[in-house]
Amino acid sequence: MVGMGDKELIKSLESKARKVRKHILEMTTEACSGHPGGSMSALEVIVALYFYKMRHRPEEPDWPDRDRFVLCKGHAAPALYSVLAEAGYFHVEELNRFRHIDSFLEGHPCRRSVPGVDVSTGSLGQGLSIAVGIALAGRLDGKEYRVYAVLGDGETQEGQVWEAAMAASHYRLGNLCAVVDRNSLQIDGGTEEVMAIEPLAEKWSSFGWNVLTVDGHNLEEIIRAFDEAEMLRDSPTVIIANTTKGKGVSFMENVCEYHGRPLTREQLCEALKELT
Amino acid sequence: MKCEARRHTRDAYGTTLVELGREDPNIVVADSDLSSSTQTVLFAREFPNRFFNVGVAEQNLMGVAAGLALGGKTVFASCFAMFGAGRGWEQIRNTIAYDNLNVKIVLTHAGLTVGKDGSSHQIIEDIALMRVIPGMKVQVPADYNETRALIRAAAKYRGPVYMRLTREKSPVIFEEYGYDTEKPVQLRDGRDLTIFACGYMLAESMKAADELHREGLEARLIDMHTIKPLHSESVVKAAKETGAIVTVEEHSIFGGLGSAVAEVLVEEYPVPMRRIGIRDRFGKSGSAEDLLVRYNLTPKDIVKAAKEAVAAKR
Repeated sequence: MVGMGDKELIKSLESKARKVRKHILEMTTEACSGHPGGSMSALEVIVALYFYKMRHRPEEPDWPDRDRFVLCKGHAAPALYSVLAEAGYFHVEELNRFRHIDSFLEGHPCRRSVPGVDVSTGSLGQGLSIAVGIALAGRLDGKEYRVYAVLGDGETQEGQVWEAAMAASHYRLGNLCAVVDRNSLQIDGGTEEVMAIEPLAEKWSSFGWNVLTVDGHNLEEIIRAFDEAEMLRDSPTVIIANTTKGKGVSFMENVCEYHGRPLTREQLCEALKELT
Repeated sequence: MKCEARRHTRDAYGTTLVELGREDPNIVVADSDLSSSTQTVLFAREFPNRFFNVGVAEQNLMGVAAGLALGGKTVFASCFAMFGAGRGWEQIRNTIAYDNLNVKIVLTHAGLTVGKDGSSHQIIEDIALMRVIPGMKVQVPADYNETRALIRAAAKYRGPVYMRLTREKSPVIFEEYGYDTEKPVQLRDGRDLTIFACGYMLAESMKAADELHREGLEARLIDMHTIKPLHSESVVKAAKETGAIVTVEEHSIFGGLGSAVAEVLVEEYPVPMRRIGIRDRFGKSGSAEDLLVRYNLTPKDIVKAAKEAVAAKR
């Protein structure tokens, strides 16, 4: 638990976030594919989990008491892989082989090949159900571990998300915390134009979840929300993280096209200048 | 081996699950509001804490089952085959199978013999759907005791299994079951042709083999309870020794047992073959018995196909 005045912690998390942001841009450009936009919106949340909130052991990825992480929006794999590399699960150099035929870094998170990935994802809408199952197993075994799931906002258009949301509150899974990366953009445009998901907080609330809302790029707000969620033991908590797709690079911010398109080498140079 | 008594394979499933639950506290069960039909209700009554009813939500059922397995549990997930294998297919493919999770997907009410509920509930594509998923084991037990044996074997096996059960009572073929569940069961030998059958159609095939005998043709009859991995040795051996093959299943002729056997034959030892199954049609309402007649899945149809296959031998 941190006090609001813990500047050192926030500084160190911000420093990790900067590194991760660069990794995301470099690895997707190197791979000539991948999803930088949604990786950049979700990365502070993932950084806060792996470098502050979650109990985990990079040297022992299968540690039975570790907190579990489900990247429901599996296309943000560059963010997860960068965080795992920075945490020491594998060498940072491997990031440059992302999506390469001989690399273990599959295009979307792969449990079979990537150390630290708790479950494979990539098909939207399915992760929260898996998180519910893990949380049920943990409670059945009297384990203290918590389960974290990060969803895309467009992903909440998938019906299965709400099947899982209903089950999580039915089973009173206080050991489950979901985050919705509310960057407000999906492939074909704004979420509210393509298929409106608002009022999102009310939806989760009506499904029996505690709802917290944060600025998803403000690490202090994020870690306070995760701490608060851990105190709420009677029902699952969702944190709606208001974010910006492509966050941190001026010409990428709020541009749909960077959902699944990496930067050219020239653009990468420009972007890296902005990040230093 | 007689076929007089009839028992539900799903009863065998439910009672075996309870036994397994007593033997292994790590076994958990999930269902989607069909526990009284799939018979997982028996487990639910004895082990309420280890039973998860997710409501009418098959996609969530498969995801929750995957999560329970990731949490270290041996999971049995059940509902009707139409909805579990149909609507839950991608969840099965992308998580349970891709991550090689220890989930046993035991789905009931498969095939035409669901009967009067009609086509919306009669999945005749499930074997095909499951068979194409890399690493998925696919099994179709024929009767009560074979179901018990295969369920027990599935609980020991590490990894995903799909098992197909029916709604109707199946004739009891095995008074007791002492066979190695890793291999097909040969029920009778013959040199003129071989019939490979699975599930509910094994009993029909036994009747057909009896009729063929009366007409002077000796059929080898093999219970192919495991469609994947297919025991290809027994297929090749049958082709070499009997020279003609008939497959019999309560499933589409596309992608099921017939396809699996044909795939082996065409690469290893082509011989004349006929497939008994549903020929590119949807099912309809009717009694199981009437449906088997209407869709050409009777002993008479098997005999006819057998004679054609034998006649096609060079």
